[in-house]
Amino acid sequence: MEAADLERAINQVAAKLAPGATGASDLRRLSGGASQETWSILANSPSGDVPLILRRRPDSPTGSGNAVPLATEAALIRAAAARGAPVPTVPYVFQEADGVGEAYVMGKVEGETLGSRIVRNDAFAAIRPNLATQCGAVLAQIHAIPLEGLPEVAHSSALVELEKYEAVYRGCGAERPIIEAALVHLKRHAPALERQTLVHGDFRNGNLMIHPEDGLRAVLDWELAHLGDPAEDLGWICVNSWRFGNHAKPVGGFGDYSQLLDAYEAAGGTPIALERVKYWQMLGSMKWGIMCMTMYLSFANGADPSVERAMIGRRTSETEIDLITLLEAVA
Amino acid sequence: MIEQPTALELVDAVIGFIETRAAPQLKDRDVFLARVAVNALLTLRREIEHGAAAEAVASTRLQNLMGEEGDYASLNRALCQAIREGAIDITAPALLAHMRASIIDQVQIDQPNYSGLKAALAEG
Repeated sequence: MEAADLERAINQVAAKLAPGATGASDLRRLSGGASQETWSILANSPSGDVPLILRRRPDSPTGSGNAVPLATEAALIRAAAARGAPVPTVPYVFQEADGVGEAYVMGKVEGETLGSRIVRNDAFAAIRPNLATQCGAVLAQIHAIPLEGLPEVAHSSALVELEKYEAVYRGCGAERPIIEAALVHLKRHAPALERQTLVHGDFRNGNLMIHPEDGLRAVLDWELAHLGDPAEDLGWICVNSWRFGNHAKPVGGFGDYSQLLDAYEAAGGTPIALERVKYWQMLGSMKWGIMCMTMYLSFANGADPSVERAMIGRRTSETEIDLITLLEAVA
Repeated sequence: MIEQPTALELVDAVIGFIETRAAPQLKDRDVFLARVAVNALLTLRREIEHGAAAEAVASTRLQNLMGEEGDYASLNRALCQAIREGAIDITAPALLAHMRASIIDQVQIDQPNYSGLKAALAEG
């Protein structure tokens, strides 16, 4: 669908996007993943323009088969908002008759998502020491979202995740001893699913909107949300690949385990043992390593011939060096 | 083999071309992709310089670990199978030492500035 056609279709329902809106303009493509498009657009009203973000499924999506439908994503964001978690507003989910495709609009949130800047730039020095605490508190809110009334999402557990990613890895035809050893270790120590909650599924630098004045302003990208072990979210943000060089700060390159866990508990989260978080961190490193392999495969099979897809295959080794360090620590 | 130019000189020539001639004319996402392209060539450069030596020492370690002769690919495949089937203990120091040494060499080629590499080297 051409941008002009898309803007025309959005214009037809402009009144739904913001109070008093009479039109929509300035549609601009921000980024386009294989499974998701992001656009900025202005809702025009007599009292001024309202900046909005449009999330839309591409006309012929490829890639992430795990993604929830966008209407589900929107419903989860609204459920998180009802629980007090920082998320964007979702003024409107497009209907089929609107001719926009599978899409919704959300309010634009100011801030930064790039982990390298959040971890290193002076602009974030003041809020950085408190970020892990904010993350812990917000995760407790997300995990407290009542499951009744939520749209249908996948169920998972450590063993289900392992089975899924092992199949993907086997399908790649790779022979990597560290991945093999991690699979053996993680299967042997897989924790039983004691308590099932909504899990964000991709809670890490890149999907967190961080503002220099007050830190965590919004949790974005809910497309991998599912029901599962709440420790999965706490472990994922501790994967070294999101620390952007700041290895000594396990939580996103900006905080410590104790900050994350203490804040989680203080905000009403059911206490989670550090060992369980570290288990999911190791599973997370392995998962990211296998995800890098599959992204490389999209280059190898010609689906995406970009140099970026080729090179991401060389990032699997970074997860393996983290995995061997973690394996040695528990050997 | 012909050494005028060497493989490394050819790689350097292409890096120089991308950085000084091509990249300044690019826009938007292509600027980022040009940087990735240069990184790919730098990786290739490190692999040309160190790849064969790394594989040779890995093969020696694998022969000792598996107690059999063979080339790198077949021994590595046999090791993966042994780990998968539980024939080798994943906490065995000799296995951990082999995997650690191999991945350090690999990350030195793939991403020499990765923080996990520095951490692994610091642990000695």
